[in-house]
Amino acid sequence: MAVSVPIPKETWSGKIREVTLGALPADGGSRGKTVTVGGETTLPFLHFEGQIPHPPAVAVEVMDQPPKDWSPILLQAWGNVVSDPAAWAKKAEEIGADLIALSLDSAHPERGNTGAKEARAVVRQVLKATTLPLIIYGPGQADKDNEVLVAAAEEAAGERVALGNCEDKNYRTIVAAALANNQLVVARTPIDVNLCKQLNILISDMRLDLTRILSDPTTGALGYGLEYTYSVIERLKLAALSGDGMTQQPMIVTAGYEAWRAKETRVNEGVPAEWGDWDKRSRLWETMTATALLEAGANIVVTRHPTTVPVLKRTINGLMNAAS
Amino acid sequence: MGLSGLAIYKLLPKTNCKECGFPTCLAFAMKLAALQAELSACPYVSEEAKAALDAASAPPIRLVTVGSGERKVEAGNETVLFRHEKTFYHQPGVFYRLRDDEPPEALASKVKAIASYKVERVGISLSASGVAIENKSGNAQAFGACVAQAVAAGMPVILISDSPAALEAGLKAAQGMSPLIYAAIDGNWEAMAALAMQYKVPLAVRGSGDLSALAEMTQKLDGKGVKDIVLDPGTRNWGDSLTAFIQLRRLALKKNLRALGFPIIAFPGEGAADEEDEALRAAQCVAKYAGYVVLERFDPATLYPLLTLRQNIYTDPQKPIQVSPGLYEIGKPGPQSPLLVTTNFSLTYFSVAGEVEGSGIPAWLLIADAEGMSVLTAWAAGKFDADRIAKSVSTTGVPNKINHKKIIIPGYVASISGDLEESLPGWQVLVGPREAIGIPSFLKVYAQSA
Repeated sequence: MAVSVPIPKETWSGKIREVTLGALPADGGSRGKTVTVGGETTLPFLHFEGQIPHPPAVAVEVMDQPPKDWSPILLQAWGNVVSDPAAWAKKAEEIGADLIALSLDSAHPERGNTGAKEARAVVRQVLKATTLPLIIYGPGQADKDNEVLVAAAEEAAGERVALGNCEDKNYRTIVAAALANNQLVVARTPIDVNLCKQLNILISDMRLDLTRILSDPTTGALGYGLEYTYSVIERLKLAALSGDGMTQQPMIVTAGYEAWRAKETRVNEGVPAEWGDWDKRSRLWETMTATALLEAGANIVVTRHPTTVPVLKRTINGLMNAAS
Repeated sequence: MGLSGLAIYKLLPKTNCKECGFPTCLAFAMKLAALQAELSACPYVSEEAKAALDAASAPPIRLVTVGSGERKVEAGNETVLFRHEKTFYHQPGVFYRLRDDEPPEALASKVKAIASYKVERVGISLSASGVAIENKSGNAQAFGACVAQAVAAGMPVILISDSPAALEAGLKAAQGMSPLIYAAIDGNWEAMAALAMQYKVPLAVRGSGDLSALAEMTQKLDGKGVKDIVLDPGTRNWGDSLTAFIQLRRLALKKNLRALGFPIIAFPGEGAADEEDEALRAAQCVAKYAGYVVLERFDPATLYPLLTLRQNIYTDPQKPIQVSPGLYEIGKPGPQSPLLVTTNFSLTYFSVAGEVEGSGIPAWLLIADAEGMSVLTAWAAGKFDADRIAKSVSTTGVPNKINHKKIIIPGYVASISGDLEESLPGWQVLVGPREAIGIPSFLKVYAQSA
């Protein structure tokens, strides 16, 4: 009674767009390499069903000033480099990061209120210190985002950096800066398929090519709304593969920022013994958040702990090497 | 997958006797197809028709139970590939592998640690599911003794051995506990099937990566009467496991392939580089379709994140976990105690309640009905505004419980302060911290100034 089980393949008509970060000297930039994400014609890591030309990329977050509210676990792991963004970026490259996510945190009105001049200086330093492509985040406050992201876009002209976050309230200024300086944008919407589509439409209406948009669906950490992000990514991927052109942007998730905001990673005093060793549990909080979102379909994971990079690279490597 | 109304009609007596309560056999068949009637309503249905209809209405992934009583672990009966399509029903059991060649004291302390592990998250108690005992010693008696120890701790067990004789010793030690036996392979399947039938226990099948061979084996077992089967496709690395688990789920749900319509057992520790790699492979198993996960290394620091992930993935997307709106007492608050307000999203409630309790300052916690959303989401959706908060202050009888007029709102909704002072005339609105973690220091300052 020989049985022959068919391979259960789906037929998809759509494809995730390929987006390339960074520009080599020949293309007007100064990066040592570029990173392309997207391009897949199937759900995550289903090599038997379609093409997955590029592995997901791991970015490391670098702050432009020593972080004040970070978990001691993170501060200890990074050591002195947290007071020098250039050294920090260099270190991140050494441990195997694909991308540097530079956060212009000091521009926040309550965390330093620095301006365009300081933003230009730190962007210049970090571009010099690393050969990796950059993602540059503003402080998350609309006026200051506009001020420092425009300055950063000009300073990094031609480098194909991704500017974030581009949201419905501020997308015009940031998209204009991206258009003027040959950059990309990170388009962030609050865990909603339709809002994500809508923002992509608004941005592409300004004539920014869709190959220059990364979608950030907003991340919930493990235990703090992870399931919402997980499902919205799965829904967006299914829509994209079914041919909906405005959902086909590669996805970027901020697993590090969210995981290290959780109580489980921030403190160890007065928590149940059943939470286990602080260091181990905290690092796993980040890597497990990231792994679950990679399984859902994230294309770029922005992380914080130095050991997260090799761990996620190992995971991605394992998932990229399945039988086709 | 159910049969169509016409297909069911062909199996009915076609006499239109009306005794089922419907005017014709066809009408009855249509109701059966829509799951709005029971076949037992027809007094004249033939045995063949019954068997055919039962088989067609069986769930595409069979429900298998390991263990008995309160701690039993059910897997299977899943109906979707993606949680947003409906929900995932049966959380995978998390088991730890122990080996019978360990010193008895070491084993006893491990069994105790695993059995007693318990942690609460958003009001739900989380624990390890059971232990998987492997006959590493090759000695059937040692195996039986080891199984007896786990059974005494009240945990569901999985018995691991390729030797039917050893398994029988384990089965005797676990009588009435419905252990899962692992595993039937080419060389032993007939003896394994006989054990499964004799002791009425579920049986796992281990393949070697080839799903056709796996299906062939389950059909052979089915032929021997074994119905409760668990599948180990035999894949042991990241990518191949994901591929196999997804193919199994698709074959069961979309191709209605009965021979592979069973829950999956996974061993993420086999082939893992280290503890973290094992935990992350287990995370993949939780997200992508395992029914039983057997881990090698017990450690709260890896188990707690994993159980949290399981809780997240298996939350019903249509019903976020909520708590009932109302006025909650934290500690033993008096009329002077502070009053805080937040939403009825359960994670929000438990985060805030936990921090208030940790502060050591008794307080009143007013939970407004924000339809189960978190603070920012509810505020954005207009479900946590001044009107709603003012309304919950009056409906929960706050003014009868306290003798001050100060209310602390979450920092994220600082912008509603003005509106709230208008909706609650004479009240003072204080803006609390944005994150729950800031509550203890906030309350200390509040208590000093009061």
